[in-house]
Amino acid sequence: MDFRGGRNVVLAAAVVAALALFPLVAGKFGIDLVTKIMIFAVLALSLELLVGQTGLVCFGQAAFFGIGAYAVVLATPQYQAVSIFWLAPLAVACATLYALFVGSLVLRTRGVYFIMVTLAFAQMAYYVFHDTPLGRGTDGVYLYVRPSAEVFGVTLVNFEKPVSLYYVALAALVATFAFLAVLLRSRFGRALAGIKANEQRMRAAGFSTYAYKLAAFTLSGAIAGFAGVLFAVKDAFVNPELLAWHLSGSLLVMIILGGLGRLWGAVIGAFAYALLQEFFQSQAIFGDLAKHWLLGLGLTIIAMVALLPEGLAGLPAAVSRRLARKPARSAGGNA
Amino acid sequence: MATPDVLMRGEKLTRRWGGLTAVDEVSLELARGSVHAVIGTNGAGKSTLINLLSGEIPPSSGRVELKGVDVTAWPQPARARAGLGRSYQRTTIFPQFTVFENCRLSAQSRLQRPWAWWERADACALAVEAARGAAAKAGLAAEIDRPAGLLSHGGRRQLEIAMCLATDPEVLLLDEPLAGMGAEETDRMLELLAELRPGHAILLVEHDMDAVFRVADRITVMVNGAVIASDAPQAVRANPEVQAAYLGHHA
Amino acid sequence: MEFGTFLVQCLNALQYGLLLFLVASGLTLIFGIMGVINLAHGSFYMIGAYMAYALAPFVAKWTGGGFFATLAVGLVLSVALGYVLEWAFYSFLYEREHLQQVLMTYGLILVFEELRSILVGNDVHGVKAPDWLAGSIPLGDLMTYPVYRLFISAVCVALAAAMYLVLTRTRLGMMIRAGATNREMVQSLGVDIQFLYRVVFAAGVALAVFAGMIAAPVSSVYPGMGSQVLIICFVVVVIGGIGSVRGALFAALLIGLVDTFGKVVFPHAAGVLVYVMMALILLWKPDGLFKAG
Repeated sequence: MDFRGGRNVVLAAAVVAALALFPLVAGKFGIDLVTKIMIFAVLALSLELLVGQTGLVCFGQAAFFGIGAYAVVLATPQYQAVSIFWLAPLAVACATLYALFVGSLVLRTRGVYFIMVTLAFAQMAYYVFHDTPLGRGTDGVYLYVRPSAEVFGVTLVNFEKPVSLYYVALAALVATFAFLAVLLRSRFGRALAGIKANEQRMRAAGFSTYAYKLAAFTLSGAIAGFAGVLFAVKDAFVNPELLAWHLSGSLLVMIILGGLGRLWGAVIGAFAYALLQEFFQSQAIFGDLAKHWLLGLGLTIIAMVALLPEGLAGLPAAVSRRLARKPARSAGGNA
Repeated sequence: MATPDVLMRGEKLTRRWGGLTAVDEVSLELARGSVHAVIGTNGAGKSTLINLLSGEIPPSSGRVELKGVDVTAWPQPARARAGLGRSYQRTTIFPQFTVFENCRLSAQSRLQRPWAWWERADACALAVEAARGAAAKAGLAAEIDRPAGLLSHGGRRQLEIAMCLATDPEVLLLDEPLAGMGAEETDRMLELLAELRPGHAILLVEHDMDAVFRVADRITVMVNGAVIASDAPQAVRANPEVQAAYLGHHA
Repeated sequence: MEFGTFLVQCLNALQYGLLLFLVASGLTLIFGIMGVINLAHGSFYMIGAYMAYALAPFVAKWTGGGFFATLAVGLVLSVALGYVLEWAFYSFLYEREHLQQVLMTYGLILVFEELRSILVGNDVHGVKAPDWLAGSIPLGDLMTYPVYRLFISAVCVALAAAMYLVLTRTRLGMMIRAGATNREMVQSLGVDIQFLYRVVFAAGVALAVFAGMIAAPVSSVYPGMGSQVLIICFVVVVIGGIGSVRGALFAALLIGLVDTFGKVVFPHAAGVLVYVMMALILLWKPDGLFKAG
């Protein structure tokens, strides 16, 4: 759907090209920020698959992200680099398995139960890393050696270099986006759209919707775990807050901000959220209030729900509706 | 008459909700080549009966057989894939999709291939053909590219049937397909039913008595969840008990 | 485990469970009746605890009253807060999707937490219980038990009993119960639904605030206490069944037991145990133990 029009392809190519050229002009701070945003965009895409495409409001996406990140750190011996080619699959597998376990239970519930239960299971994972010896304490764990990416003795990527990390994140974002775009046009993707629109009808037609939803949930967890791997390699540090429910909440805000039901909405949302954060954290504008930036974010969210239920992507439509309604009303008043 | 080719059979189906018995020991057979109508007042348990047959809700007791196989424990999607199609009394479509996509998605259930993530859904010629065929049969050929949400009420009812046909079922459970249709649309729907009759076993729940007597080969009358008569239309019309309980209102 | 210790843990479990019930009962009723999933409910608990801390000096200065005067002032303020919030933020969420409700109430959490941070700061504070409740009573030969904890349990039991009477014996209670089971039906009965919503919401807020206030001397007040309570309350509601006050009571006591004894038996996995229990109950009854209706 996303590549149907030639215009969209050109637009997407332009955005990718701009992102690819960005490190040439940006400083260290900019490269680091955009790397982080792109990783969160991958994570937001994983949630968009559930919320926007399948209609499952998951409030526990951070758990899969955090598990992926923790797995990278915990599976790396203290002073020895490990090949990314088995570290990444292992970490993604951990997140996938937890998603399979959680999904098989939470998909037995519906609607508001689903929201609460996904949140509760994410919290369960949070406590595993927060309280038990497995998580090595509440302060977090450092990754002393970043993984290696060698094939036959040739180093493909040096993860110690920020610019390399930037391009890895960009490639991951493009690959995830393209994969999901193709997936959504496939029979599986159309079946998810059908489940979102009318699950009862899908069952009547002969689709075992539970299996479809479980597959989507597990896939989404795998992608979130993948984002976690990228994050752990980039930051070389993990702590339990990666699994905290505030991240799950922020992710929901991102995909709504960008506009639900469109893949690029998740990407725009990740960038918009980061810009919003930078804006409210700016001391130049808000002075002492800058450290209370969440206040501004909270008010923005409230205003968005009240005024813009369709997100930024719905802004043009909302504006034109406003404009169309006003003259109509005054005309009605004159008559 | 040759032995009827029974495709679906319900045996002593019962469904209780708390103290209320919505369906009470109902047995019926649906044979290929015949239209079996179920009539009764509102709340007589007709829709619940369809839900029991289609697998939407499990029976409190009793047994459902589909093409000779005991499917009582099967979930609805499995029964649907085995050749059972149903339509809903309250229109149940995908309003955001086009008419074509509504039908294509229904047809996709016959060839799901969910793992083939790289294949375009609309590249499957079989499903596309089945979708176009079903839409044409239901009289929606001209509106195939319209969003389903924009169809008229009658159009939506037609689409409901088209989606059911797109899954290529052998047994059709139709819950008030004529509700809210005009005279012309009703005629067309009855023609369609007559056309479908030879290859299918059809259960028709309907309030429109004229239509029922025009098309049904057999009529079952339900009152308070129980069957009070099940016979050929003429015999049912003549049945004094039925007249007292139900048809009397119309006579 | 020695009998004295066992008894102490039982009392702790009871007190924790009852406190959870006060918060969760409001949450389950607000969802059951108004159909709103309220993430900000934990914030009301947090606001209550901070009121107990921050209002006390003012109350002492103006009225000369102590802890109970603070409780009374806090209760009045919480009803007013609930009434205003319902009018300003929640009233237009009723017809919205769950997702929008989640977002809006998530935004409210952020606002409440930051306002708390601006007004009171991020430090952990203790709250003093009134002197005559500050002592301990002997329990067996060696153990003692703080009187204040017994006081909390007694107040919670009294409130639960009062709630039971209101729900079963009054016309308002009848409407609330009917509304939790079947919202459309109550609407069609011509009840002033707007009024019912306001009352239920304000009562839910007051219960959560009150729970926070009386818990403050035991738990002290700290940032993040609201979300901790919120998520446990979700588990209570999921286990008990949405809209069921009886289920909330049962589930809250169950969680109190599991959590308290879990800390003794598996000190490292205590946080996880409650969720494992929820997983098991979901396997068995996906709609909760006491589904309303």
